[in-house]
Amino acid sequence: MTTISQSMAPGQLTAGRLPKVVVPALLVGAALLGVAVSLLVGGGNMALAAVLAYLTFLVAVEIAARIVEGARQAADRRATNLIVGAFVLALLPLGSVTWEAVSKGAARFDVTFFTYSMRNVVGAGGGAVHAIVGTLLVTGMATLISVPIGLLTAVYLSEYGAKNRLAKAITFFVDVMTGVPSIVAGLFAYALMTLIIGPNNGFGFAGSIALSVLMIPVVVRSSEELLRLVPNELREASYALGVPKWLTITRVVIPTAISGIVSGVILAVARVIGETAPLLVAAGFTASLNNNLFANPMMTLPVFVYDAYAHPGVDVQVYLDRAWAGALTLIAIVMLLNLIGRLVARRFAPKTGN
Amino acid sequence: MGKRIEVTDLNVYYGDFRAVEDVSITIEPKSVTAFIGPSGCGKSTFLRTLNRMHEVIPGARVEGEVLLDGENLYGPGVDPVRVRRHIGMVFQRPNPFPTMSIKENVLAGINLNNKRMPGSEKDDLAEQALKGANLWEEVKNRLNKPGASLSGGQQQRLCIARAIAMEPEVLLMDEPASALDPISTLAIEDLMNELKQRYTIVIVTHNMQQAARVSDVTAFFNIAGAGAPGRLIEAGPTEKIFSAPDVKATEDYISGRFG
Repeated sequence: MTTISQSMAPGQLTAGRLPKVVVPALLVGAALLGVAVSLLVGGGNMALAAVLAYLTFLVAVEIAARIVEGARQAADRRATNLIVGAFVLALLPLGSVTWEAVSKGAARFDVTFFTYSMRNVVGAGGGAVHAIVGTLLVTGMATLISVPIGLLTAVYLSEYGAKNRLAKAITFFVDVMTGVPSIVAGLFAYALMTLIIGPNNGFGFAGSIALSVLMIPVVVRSSEELLRLVPNELREASYALGVPKWLTITRVVIPTAISGIVSGVILAVARVIGETAPLLVAAGFTASLNNNLFANPMMTLPVFVYDAYAHPGVDVQVYLDRAWAGALTLIAIVMLLNLIGRLVARRFAPKTGN
Repeated sequence: MGKRIEVTDLNVYYGDFRAVEDVSITIEPKSVTAFIGPSGCGKSTFLRTLNRMHEVIPGARVEGEVLLDGENLYGPGVDPVRVRRHIGMVFQRPNPFPTMSIKENVLAGINLNNKRMPGSEKDDLAEQALKGANLWEEVKNRLNKPGASLSGGQQQRLCIARAIAMEPEVLLMDEPASALDPISTLAIEDLMNELKQRYTIVIVTHNMQQAARVSDVTAFFNIAGAGAPGRLIEAGPTEKIFSAPDVKATEDYISGRFG
């Protein structure tokens, strides 16, 4: 077909391409420009410099790409730069929080902090062992309560509900529960316990109840989604072997989804472990170590941080250092949980490949 | 092993929609019976009613009788779970359990039902089933590897091994080779020829040559039009159906002059 070769004039498949050095060069140039303008007008404001540099960079790349490469490539570069910008913007607070917590928390992140409580401590010294133990116990108990309830609810919704009215109603109320303010959960738990055992100053188990109220909807929603992801073919394969429904669910469906379910539970734990208000109300406040979930107030890390920050003694810096160390400990616990969760998830994950 | 299935006046409904109408057929023991017909004519649906797997689909129900050596599968007090332990099924897409190894997959019917069995007996059963499915030589050195690590054709034979490890009387196969390449298909077809020595086999297939190659009896299903229920048009010895069918529609379908 001669028409094709005729219509294909030489060079029709080639297009201009910006040399590789151009984009980094423009980035450096824009950064320098941003800093310079900021120094001249804004007195060296870093945020102003960054915003100016980014905008200049966007415009410069757009112009360069349009001249050399054409409109389509310019659009591609514009989209890439906007996405990278959004990514960096989202990452900034995370990096900033981590840096602040590590740099300021390191001062008191010592042996004393992990071996002493605040009993009879005024001023320097003291530690958060009572709060760490409290957080682990309260959150652990909340997990023990929430996971069975949440997982079984999810199993009902995905395996038995089949969009009937009860399932729809449960889904609706679970969604409503997701939006319950945490202080309301705390007041609910406190009121419930007061009704049952009479007036009290709060205790660990009440805190666990409060956290469960917050945790259950998260566990339900994430587990339900994951159970729905299990291919129907596996259920059919199991039924075809004469396996009853309950064994199919416990031995095939849940194990196939377990790694995701574990991740969901860890996320739910991470979501509630930092709750302050409901624990202050329901679990109470103490300076002493308390290992009993069912009697006397129990300290938790968020409350410890809040108290050290809100009610400092004479030497404010000592209290602030303790607050930062507490915050760092909390971040470390969540990270550790995530790590354990990932290991557990990998251990149970469906085996593929060799 | 190998039991006779007699179906009389079977109707299948999805909600109000009648999917299959008035099917009566006798499936002989220790033979291969093939269901052929255009898509949507209800042959897979009908196959599923033979071990009550249609009940997995919400809204599906059945009227009529299916007798397994004289015992009605739809009689009062019949437990679908027990039915499926006697009538196994292999599906269109290979579906090994992703959390289990090759050996665990073969023994899934035993393990999932919490049956007690000594380890050596389990090993023997797994070997017998894998040999029965012509897969033993290929996997005997990697029984503890995940089932999902096998090729598609091997996975399908693994699923057949899993089904025959339950020692069923009847094996239902819903287009077992349609997702496989010709070599794997041949392996499955050879396997069916061996399996029919012991089991009653019913297979749904879209592949006319496959039906001609493997089956002793062929049943042709058809629909009058969209929304109409599927019907059994004609059933008979495969040779007769493929050479001199009684009904013109069968001849048209088999010779490709359909529609």
